[in-house]
Amino acid sequence: MSATEDKLRAAFREALGLATTTDVEPLTYRGIPQWDSVAHMQLVAAIETAFDIMLDTDDVLAMSSYAKAREIVGKYGVAP
Amino acid sequence: MVWRPEGPLLAGRTAFVTGGTRGIGWEVARTLAAHGAAVAISGRRDDVVAERAAALATEFGVATLGLIADVADPDAVKASYQAIFKAWKQLDVLVNNAGVLDGGLLGMIGADVIDRVIDTNAKGAIHNLQAAARLMSRHKRGSIVNLTSILGTHGDTGQAVYAASKAAVIGLTLAAAKELAPQGIRVNAIAPGYVDTEMVQALPADVQARQLATIGMGRAGTPDDVARAVLFFASDLSTYVTGQVLGVDGGMRI
Repeated sequence: MSATEDKLRAAFREALGLATTTDVEPLTYRGIPQWDSVAHMQLVAAIETAFDIMLDTDDVLAMSSYAKAREIVGKYGVAP
Repeated sequence: MVWRPEGPLLAGRTAFVTGGTRGIGWEVARTLAAHGAAVAISGRRDDVVAERAAALATEFGVATLGLIADVADPDAVKASYQAIFKAWKQLDVLVNNAGVLDGGLLGMIGADVIDRVIDTNAKGAIHNLQAAARLMSRHKRGSIVNLTSILGTHGDTGQAVYAASKAAVIGLTLAAAKELAPQGIRVNAIAPGYVDTEMVQALPADVQARQLATIGMGRAGTPDDVARAVLFFASDLSTYVTGQVLGVDGGMRI
Protein backbone atom coordinates (compact mmCIF):
# COMPACT_ATOMS: atom_id res chain seq x y z
CA MET A 1 0.00 0.00 0.00
CA SER A 2 1.43 3.40 -0.97
CA ALA A 3 1.98 6.28 1.42
CA THR A 4 -0.53 8.28 -0.63
CA GLU A 5 -3.16 5.61 -0.20
CA ASP A 6 -2.41 5.52 3.53
CA LYS A 7 -2.94 9.28 3.72
CA LEU A 8 -6.24 9.07 1.88
CA ARG A 9 -7.50 6.27 4.10
CA ALA A 10 -6.45 8.20 7.20
CA ALA A 11 -8.24 11.32 5.95
CA PHE A 12 -11.43 9.31 5.44
CA ARG A 13 -11.26 7.69 8.85
CA GLU A 14 -10.51 10.95 10.62
CA ALA A 15 -13.12 13.06 8.81
CA LEU A 16 -15.86 10.46 9.13
CA GLY A 17 -14.99 9.47 12.68
CA LEU A 18 -14.29 5.84 11.79
CA ALA A 19 -12.14 3.32 13.64
CA THR A 20 -8.61 2.86 12.35
CA THR A 21 -9.50 -0.69 11.41
CA THR A 22 -12.48 0.28 9.24
CA ASP A 23 -12.20 -0.84 5.61
CA VAL A 24 -12.80 2.37 3.66
CA GLU A 25 -12.65 0.80 0.17
CA PRO A 26 -16.38 0.07 -0.12
CA LEU A 27 -17.54 3.41 1.33
CA THR A 28 -19.96 5.55 -0.66
CA TYR A 29 -21.47 8.97 0.00
CA ARG A 30 -24.57 8.58 2.19
CA GLY A 31 -23.85 4.85 2.23
CA ILE A 32 -23.12 5.07 5.94
CA PRO A 33 -24.67 7.46 8.49
CA GLN A 34 -21.32 9.12 9.18
CA TRP A 35 -20.83 10.25 5.54
CA ASP A 36 -23.55 12.89 5.26
CA SER A 37 -23.37 16.30 3.58
CA VAL A 38 -21.76 17.99 6.59
CA ALA A 39 -19.14 15.27 6.92
CA HIS A 40 -18.54 15.48 3.17
CA MET A 41 -17.21 19.01 3.50
CA GLN A 42 -15.06 17.94 6.46
CA LEU A 43 -13.77 15.09 4.33
CA VAL A 44 -12.93 17.49 1.51
CA ALA A 45 -11.05 19.72 3.97
CA ALA A 46 -9.18 16.72 5.37
CA ILE A 47 -8.14 15.55 1.91
CA GLU A 48 -7.09 19.05 0.88
CA THR A 49 -5.00 19.41 4.02
CA ALA A 50 -3.46 15.95 3.73
CA PHE A 51 -2.37 16.46 0.12
CA ASP A 52 -1.95 20.25 0.11
CA ILE A 53 -4.32 20.69 -2.80
CA MET A 54 -7.49 22.67 -3.45
CA LEU A 55 -10.26 20.65 -5.08
CA ASP A 56 -12.55 22.15 -7.71
CA THR A 57 -16.20 22.35 -6.77
CA ASP A 58 -16.98 19.90 -9.58
CA ASP A 59 -14.67 17.37 -7.96
CA VAL A 60 -16.22 17.97 -4.55
CA LEU A 61 -19.60 17.12 -6.05
CA ALA A 62 -18.25 14.12 -7.95
CA MET A 63 -16.55 12.53 -4.94
CA SER A 64 -19.21 9.91 -4.36
CA SER A 65 -17.08 7.05 -3.06
CA TYR A 66 -13.67 6.21 -1.72
CA ALA A 67 -12.69 4.86 -5.13
CA LYS A 68 -13.79 8.09 -6.80
CA ALA A 69 -11.86 10.13 -4.23
CA ARG A 70 -8.71 8.18 -5.06
CA GLU A 71 -9.23 8.90 -8.75
CA ILE A 72 -9.85 12.62 -8.10
CA VAL A 73 -6.82 13.03 -5.87
CA GLY A 74 -4.76 11.46 -8.65
CA LYS A 75 -5.79 14.28 -10.99
CA TYR A 76 -4.01 16.82 -8.80
CA GLY A 77 -0.58 15.38 -9.37
CA VAL A 78 -0.76 13.15 -6.33
CA ALA A 79 0.17 9.58 -7.22
CA PRO A 80 -2.73 7.20 -6.46
CA MET B 1 -9.44 44.27 29.60
CA VAL B 2 -9.55 46.64 26.67
CA TRP B 3 -8.72 45.18 23.28
CA ARG B 4 -5.90 46.88 21.45
CA PRO B 5 -4.36 45.56 18.26
CA GLU B 6 -0.74 44.58 18.79
CA GLY B 7 0.23 45.74 15.33
CA PRO B 8 -1.42 46.56 12.04
CA LEU B 9 -5.05 45.38 12.11
CA LEU B 10 -4.55 42.92 9.27
CA ALA B 11 -0.92 41.88 9.73
CA GLY B 12 -0.41 38.29 8.62
CA ARG B 13 -3.78 38.18 6.88
CA THR B 14 -4.49 37.63 3.20
CA ALA B 15 -7.33 39.33 1.38
CA PHE B 16 -8.93 39.10 -2.05
CA VAL B 17 -10.86 42.00 -3.56
CA THR B 18 -12.80 41.20 -6.71
CA GLY B 19 -13.05 44.12 -9.09
CA GLY B 20 -10.19 45.63 -7.13
CA THR B 21 -8.63 47.81 -9.82
CA ARG B 22 -10.88 50.85 -9.63
CA GLY B 23 -13.64 52.64 -7.77
CA ILE B 24 -14.68 51.21 -4.43
CA GLY B 25 -12.71 48.00 -5.01
CA TRP B 26 -9.45 49.87 -5.52
CA GLU B 27 -9.93 51.95 -2.38
CA VAL B 28 -10.80 48.83 -0.41
CA ALA B 29 -7.65 47.10 -1.69
CA ARG B 30 -5.55 50.12 -0.68
CA THR B 31 -7.13 50.26 2.77
CA LEU B 32 -6.62 46.55 3.49
CA ALA B 33 -3.00 46.79 2.28
CA ALA B 34 -2.45 49.92 4.39
CA HIS B 35 -3.47 47.87 7.44
CA GLY B 36 -0.98 45.11 6.67
CA ALA B 37 -2.84 42.53 4.60
CA ALA B 38 -1.37 40.77 1.60
CA VAL B 39 -3.87 41.65 -1.11
CA ALA B 40 -5.00 39.93 -4.28
CA ILE B 41 -7.08 41.93 -6.72
CA SER B 42 -8.94 40.80 -9.79
CA GLY B 43 -10.10 42.57 -12.89
CA ARG B 44 -10.78 41.91 -16.54
CA ARG B 45 -7.93 43.90 -18.10
CA ASP B 46 -4.52 42.31 -17.68
CA ASP B 47 -2.52 45.53 -18.10
CA VAL B 48 -4.58 47.38 -15.49
CA VAL B 49 -4.54 44.48 -13.03
CA ALA B 50 -0.74 44.15 -13.24
CA GLU B 51 -0.21 47.89 -12.86
CA ARG B 52 -2.53 48.14 -9.86
CA ALA B 53 -1.07 45.10 -8.09
CA ALA B 54 2.41 46.53 -8.51
CA ALA B 55 1.26 49.93 -7.25
CA LEU B 56 -0.19 48.38 -4.09
CA ALA B 57 3.03 46.51 -3.38
CA THR B 58 5.10 49.64 -3.87
CA GLU B 59 2.92 51.95 -1.79
CA PHE B 60 2.27 49.65 1.16
CA GLY B 61 5.12 47.10 1.08
CA VAL B 62 2.82 44.08 1.14
CA ALA B 63 2.62 40.98 -1.03
CA THR B 64 0.12 41.33 -3.85
CA LEU B 65 -1.38 39.20 -6.58
CA GLY B 66 -2.99 40.45 -9.77
CA LEU B 67 -5.59 38.05 -11.13
CA ILE B 68 -7.28 38.31 -14.52
CA ALA B 69 -10.84 37.19 -14.02
CA ASP B 70 -14.35 38.03 -15.05
CA VAL B 71 -16.41 37.01 -12.01
CA ALA B 72 -19.24 36.00 -14.34
CA ASP B 73 -17.00 33.18 -15.62
CA PRO B 74 -16.97 30.28 -13.12
CA ASP B 75 -13.78 28.84 -14.60
CA ALA B 76 -11.98 32.16 -14.18
CA VAL B 77 -13.14 32.31 -10.57
CA LYS B 78 -11.81 28.79 -9.95
CA ALA B 79 -8.47 29.79 -11.45
CA SER B 80 -8.30 32.81 -9.13
CA TYR B 81 -8.58 30.66 -6.02
CA GLN B 82 -6.12 28.09 -7.32
CA ALA B 83 -3.67 30.96 -7.80
CA ILE B 84 -4.29 32.29 -4.28
CA PHE B 85 -3.91 28.79 -2.84
CA LYS B 86 -0.68 28.25 -4.76
CA ALA B 87 0.78 31.57 -3.61
CA TRP B 88 -0.46 31.87 -0.04
CA LYS B 89 -2.16 28.58 0.97
CA GLN B 90 -4.77 30.56 2.85
CA LEU B 91 -7.38 33.27 2.53
CA ASP B 92 -8.62 35.34 5.45
CA VAL B 93 -10.74 38.00 3.78
CA LEU B 94 -12.87 38.05 0.65
CA VAL B 95 -14.41 41.29 -0.52
CA ASN B 96 -17.04 40.41 -3.09
CA ASN B 97 -17.00 43.76 -4.84
CA ALA B 98 -17.01 43.26 -8.62
CA GLY B 99 -20.22 44.47 -10.14
CA VAL B 100 -21.88 46.17 -13.06
CA LEU B 101 -24.61 48.80 -13.09
CA ASP B 102 -27.04 48.76 -15.95
CA GLY B 103 -30.68 49.62 -15.92
CA GLY B 104 -33.74 50.86 -17.67
CA LEU B 105 -37.46 51.00 -17.24
CA LEU B 106 -39.03 47.57 -16.88
CA GLY B 107 -40.40 47.41 -20.41
CA MET B 108 -37.06 48.30 -21.92
CA ILE B 109 -34.66 45.84 -20.34
CA GLY B 110 -33.18 43.35 -22.80
CA ALA B 111 -32.43 39.76 -21.90
CA ASP B 112 -28.75 40.45 -22.49
CA VAL B 113 -28.76 43.13 -19.79
CA ILE B 114 -30.54 40.85 -17.34
CA ASP B 115 -28.02 38.07 -17.95
CA ARG B 116 -24.99 40.34 -17.67
CA VAL B 117 -26.09 42.03 -14.46
CA ILE B 118 -27.27 38.84 -12.72
CA ASP B 119 -24.28 36.79 -13.91
CA THR B 120 -21.81 39.37 -12.61
CA ASN B 121 -23.45 40.73 -9.47
CA ALA B 122 -25.30 37.70 -8.14
CA LYS B 123 -23.79 34.55 -9.64
CA GLY B 124 -20.29 36.01 -9.48
CA ALA B 125 -20.67 36.69 -5.77
CA ILE B 126 -21.91 33.15 -5.17
CA HIS B 127 -19.04 31.53 -7.08
CA ASN B 128 -16.49 33.59 -5.17
CA LEU B 129 -18.09 32.96 -1.81
CA GLN B 130 -18.17 29.20 -2.45
CA ALA B 131 -14.48 29.03 -3.27
CA ALA B 132 -13.39 31.44 -0.54
CA ALA B 133 -15.28 29.54 2.14
CA ARG B 134 -13.45 26.37 1.15
CA LEU B 135 -10.07 28.03 1.63
CA MET B 136 -11.11 29.72 4.87
CA SER B 137 -12.57 26.60 6.42
CA ARG B 138 -9.14 25.01 6.57
CA HIS B 139 -8.09 27.49 9.23
CA LYS B 140 -11.50 27.85 10.83
CA ARG B 141 -11.56 31.59 10.39
CA GLY B 142 -12.33 34.19 7.78
CA SER B 143 -14.41 37.18 6.90
CA ILE B 144 -16.45 37.58 3.76
CA VAL B 145 -17.71 41.05 2.92
CA ASN B 146 -20.29 41.28 0.17
CA LEU B 147 -20.95 44.59 -1.52
CA THR B 148 -24.65 45.07 -2.02
CA SER B 149 -26.41 48.42 -2.47
CA ILE B 150 -29.12 50.62 -1.06
CA LEU B 151 -30.95 49.65 -4.24
CA GLY B 152 -30.88 46.04 -3.04
CA THR B 153 -32.57 46.98 0.22
CA HIS B 154 -34.95 49.67 -1.08
CA GLY B 155 -35.10 49.45 -4.90
CA ASP B 156 -35.58 52.42 -7.21
CA THR B 157 -37.20 53.29 -10.51
CA GLY B 158 -35.18 52.19 -13.51
CA GLN B 159 -32.96 49.80 -11.53
CA ALA B 160 -35.08 46.68 -11.20
CA VAL B 161 -32.43 44.27 -12.45
CA TYR B 162 -29.57 45.83 -10.52
CA ALA B 163 -31.75 45.93 -7.40
CA ALA B 164 -32.68 42.28 -7.88
CA SER B 165 -29.02 41.31 -8.26
CA LYS B 166 -28.07 43.18 -5.10
CA ALA B 167 -31.02 41.77 -3.15
CA ALA B 168 -29.70 38.36 -4.13
CA VAL B 169 -26.39 39.29 -2.52
CA ILE B 170 -28.23 40.05 0.73
CA GLY B 171 -29.93 36.65 0.67
CA LEU B 172 -26.57 35.05 -0.01
CA THR B 173 -25.07 36.91 2.94
CA LEU B 174 -27.78 35.88 5.39
CA ALA B 175 -27.76 32.22 4.35
CA ALA B 176 -23.99 31.88 4.19
CA ALA B 177 -23.57 33.57 7.57
CA LYS B 178 -25.69 30.89 9.18
CA GLU B 179 -24.02 28.02 7.35
CA LEU B 180 -20.45 29.17 7.88
CA ALA B 181 -20.63 30.44 11.48
CA PRO B 182 -19.75 27.01 12.94
CA GLN B 183 -16.55 27.14 10.89
CA GLY B 184 -15.55 30.54 12.28
CA ILE B 185 -16.27 32.31 9.02
CA ARG B 186 -18.22 35.56 9.26
CA VAL B 187 -20.28 36.85 6.37
CA ASN B 188 -21.57 40.41 6.23
CA ALA B 189 -22.74 42.86 3.61
CA ILE B 190 -22.27 46.55 3.03
CA ALA B 191 -24.98 48.54 1.29
CA PRO B 192 -23.49 51.77 -0.05
CA GLY B 193 -25.76 54.59 -1.05
CA TYR B 194 -24.71 57.08 -3.68
CA VAL B 195 -20.94 56.82 -3.97
CA ASP B 196 -18.93 59.00 -6.31
CA THR B 197 -17.36 56.48 -8.68
CA GLU B 198 -17.07 56.08 -12.44
CA MET B 199 -20.01 53.70 -12.25
CA VAL B 200 -22.48 56.27 -10.96
CA GLN B 201 -20.91 59.10 -12.92
CA ALA B 202 -22.15 57.24 -15.99
CA LEU B 203 -25.75 57.77 -14.85
CA PRO B 204 -27.75 60.56 -16.54
CA ALA B 205 -27.23 64.00 -14.93
CA ASP B 206 -30.85 64.31 -13.83
CA VAL B 207 -30.66 60.95 -12.06
CA GLN B 208 -27.47 61.98 -10.29
CA ALA B 209 -29.03 65.27 -9.14
CA ARG B 210 -32.16 63.52 -7.90
CA GLN B 211 -30.13 61.04 -5.88
CA LEU B 212 -27.89 63.70 -4.31
CA ALA B 213 -30.98 65.53 -3.09
CA THR B 214 -32.02 62.49 -1.06
CA ILE B 215 -28.85 62.27 1.02
CA GLY B 216 -29.24 63.52 4.59
CA MET B 217 -25.56 64.35 4.97
CA GLY B 218 -25.72 66.47 1.84
CA ARG B 219 -22.86 64.90 -0.07
CA ALA B 220 -22.09 61.86 -2.13
CA GLY B 221 -20.21 59.08 -0.41
CA THR B 222 -16.61 58.37 -1.29
CA PRO B 223 -14.91 55.02 -1.90
CA ASP B 224 -12.98 55.69 1.31
CA ASP B 225 -16.24 55.89 3.29
CA VAL B 226 -17.05 52.38 2.09
CA ALA B 227 -13.52 51.05 2.55
CA ARG B 228 -13.57 51.99 6.24
CA ALA B 229 -16.69 49.90 6.75
CA VAL B 230 -15.06 47.00 4.90
CA LEU B 231 -12.07 47.27 7.23
CA PHE B 232 -14.40 46.94 10.21
CA PHE B 233 -15.88 43.69 8.89
CA ALA B 234 -12.56 42.37 7.60
CA SER B 235 -10.68 42.82 10.86
CA ASP B 236 -10.94 41.74 14.48
CA LEU B 237 -12.94 44.91 15.17
CA SER B 238 -15.98 42.76 14.34
CA THR B 239 -15.06 39.35 15.77
CA TYR B 240 -18.66 38.56 16.87
CA VAL B 241 -20.54 40.16 13.98
CA THR B 242 -22.02 38.07 11.21
CA GLY B 243 -25.11 38.09 9.01
CA GLN B 244 -25.43 41.88 9.03
CA VAL B 245 -26.19 44.36 6.28
CA LEU B 246 -24.58 47.72 7.05
CA GLY B 247 -25.80 50.79 5.21
CA VAL B 248 -23.06 53.24 4.27
CA ASP B 249 -25.23 55.91 2.74
CA GLY B 250 -25.00 59.19 4.65
CA GLY B 251 -28.65 58.99 5.60
CA MET B 252 -29.91 58.54 2.04
CA ARG B 253 -33.67 58.07 1.69
CA ILE B 254 -35.18 56.33 -1.30
